[in-house]
Amino acid sequence: MFTRIIQVLLKELIELRRDKWAHFRLLIPPIIQILVFGYAATFEVFGVSTVMLDLDHTQESRDLISRFTYSGRFEVVRIAHDLREIDNAIDRSDATVAIVVHPGFANLLRKGQTAPVQVIVDGTNSNTALIALGYVNQIAATFSQDYASDLLQRTRAGPTARVVQVTLEQRPWYNPDLNSRWFFVPGVIATLLLVITVNLSSFAIVREREVGTLEQIMVTPIRPIEFILGKTVPFFLIGVGEVVLVTAVGTLWFGVPFVGNPLVLLLGTSLFLLSTLALGLLISTLCSTQQQAFATNFFVLNPFFILSGFAFPIASMPVALQWFTYANPLRYYLVIIRATFLKGVGLAVLWPDLLALSALGVGILAVSVLRFRKSLD
Amino acid sequence: MRVGRLKAMAVKEMLQVWRDPRSLMIALLMPIMQMVLLGYGVNLDAKHVPVCTFDREGSQLSEALLKRFQASAYFAIVDVVDTYRAVTADLDRGDCRIAIVVPPDFSERLSDSGSSSVQAIIDGTDDNTANLALGYAQAVVSGFSSDVQIRFSASQGQWMPRPPPLSIDARVWFNEDLESRNFIIPGVVAMVMALVGSQLTSLTISRDWERGTMELLVSTPVTPMEVMLGKLLPYFVIGFLDAALCLAFAVFWFEVPFRGTILTLFVTTALFLVVVLCIGYLISVMIRSQLGASQIALLVTMLPTALLSGYTFPIDQMPAPIRAITYLVHARYYVTILKSVFLKGLGVFDLAGPVLAMVIYAAVVAVFASRAFRKRLD
Repeated sequence: MFTRIIQVLLKELIELRRDKWAHFRLLIPPIIQILVFGYAATFEVFGVSTVMLDLDHTQESRDLISRFTYSGRFEVVRIAHDLREIDNAIDRSDATVAIVVHPGFANLLRKGQTAPVQVIVDGTNSNTALIALGYVNQIAATFSQDYASDLLQRTRAGPTARVVQVTLEQRPWYNPDLNSRWFFVPGVIATLLLVITVNLSSFAIVREREVGTLEQIMVTPIRPIEFILGKTVPFFLIGVGEVVLVTAVGTLWFGVPFVGNPLVLLLGTSLFLLSTLALGLLISTLCSTQQQAFATNFFVLNPFFILSGFAFPIASMPVALQWFTYANPLRYYLVIIRATFLKGVGLAVLWPDLLALSALGVGILAVSVLRFRKSLD
Repeated sequence: MRVGRLKAMAVKEMLQVWRDPRSLMIALLMPIMQMVLLGYGVNLDAKHVPVCTFDREGSQLSEALLKRFQASAYFAIVDVVDTYRAVTADLDRGDCRIAIVVPPDFSERLSDSGSSSVQAIIDGTDDNTANLALGYAQAVVSGFSSDVQIRFSASQGQWMPRPPPLSIDARVWFNEDLESRNFIIPGVVAMVMALVGSQLTSLTISRDWERGTMELLVSTPVTPMEVMLGKLLPYFVIGFLDAALCLAFAVFWFEVPFRGTILTLFVTTALFLVVVLCIGYLISVMIRSQLGASQIALLVTMLPTALLSGYTFPIDQMPAPIRAITYLVHARYYVTILKSVFLKGLGVFDLAGPVLAMVIYAAVVAVFASRAFRKRLD
């Protein structure tokens, strides 16, 4: 049995080595993808284009505006002179945020009344708008605090005039600078692995079927399970190789930390590959041509990709779609890979995800082996 | 060019699509599937962020603060713990995204020095959710803080409580409820059109090569221009129907506000269709197998459209070299136009920049596509 598996394995490796395109396909797209994702996929908000209108022209208003300028979160693209200019800038998308200080701002402050600051936000990209509004509120809160305690010092008021305040101390763990790259790089590794291995395994078997060599192989003494193992073991090795390659780019080039245990990741990767390779096999039993396999892969992989938590939080999806994510191997692998990269947790925490992955893998494999046997009859 | 030959070509292509279940599936099923999947699955809002609380003081004040978190729709308290270890375990397992820790001297410090703080330990793995949650937490604590100030002033016998010095009067334009769905769905339409359009036409010429009908085609008097137009026309009609379907889905099903005019939408959609259909056709001429052509078409449309068009990731946050590349991505212009037409209600003239860019884009690809096909068999 063992020698027969080795024979198929060797045949597959030789085929892969002679396929000049395969080298290219397996090396270049993953690297391009990790680079594009690393640089382009960001939800961070820096240097929001901002237009300022100061109608008060006082020390206080200038102080407030300079706080926006020096925060690094806002980039003043224009100083407006009237409200019309503000409307135009937002309409034409020249600026995302407009800050208007109305006349009488400093007067109100000095009188101890609340001085309003008008902020107009282009909400088109709600995410950027929400985060930018968060920064606006933070700046306003510190301005308020500073002004109040300043006033207190100047007037030396008694305890009755004290300012009482509660503040929030922010402590982000695992990704202290809230860097999008740290979130996306491990995710890209997972999605790449899904796409590459499902494609490889489904195409490899469908190709034999299409060309007609599958029948030739089946008249040899080889058993279906030996054939499947011989076919998929090379892809398993390729999958692990891809993880190492992309992890190297992610950690060395982008500086994403890897604080966990590589062995835990290897275990998770192996279980994930079990699911993806079995899925490829399942698809191959449903298709008779490579073109069909291509279309089927797309229809299957796309939902897996979107409903995985790769970029969009599962908790914000409708409940029906959330249920679907439980049948998605990528969901569990994303948890495992992000946890090993950023959190550094081990089996004690990750066992439920590993267990779910094994169950899915065994389930898909069982169905696909049964179907594969049938498709030979 | 003869109208008769063009018509014959178009009719033949239409019949071929009609009788081929697979291309019909791509043409009709894929847009619907993508709209549903992306429309529901792609969402950046953070609601009911799971919170665990660790109240080390257990005073009335600390309970009042935590109650505010409970009352907020943005947070859902999933666990109340009493050790730091449990906080760490909850965050490690991902059971909660944010932990609110009230220090043991919370009330004491407030009455002694007038200022006290609570800790928000947040799981930064998903930086976007973390950022949003921190913004909401900040708002909860600020609200609590001004309440405390008012109560304090009242207890000191000041009947006119001191208001906070500064207030932010924020107005959100265009997407007033700040729903991510409203800006993502117009982008999804662009994504679907880019994918489906180039997939459809990527099979046109390569099919003739693969099935051997190319020899027949070459031996007829039809000119390359007639071949191109005849092959693209049916897909233009299908693409337009797809676009109408997707746009109707966006407006009536997902209820994205639509403030522009249908005319602007149709003109720009037609332009975009020309671009994507020509790209697919160009690929089809160059790659002679259907499989290869559709794979290349997927490769050149999927990643750039998903990442570099501004459909979810804002272009102005990308580094300069990547931003330069986005100018080459066709969907960039269409996404800008769709978002502006839907949410801002801009017309063709307001959008002169991106519309002009699309006209140039369409002209360039059309010229390349029309030159690419030669009536030769080698």
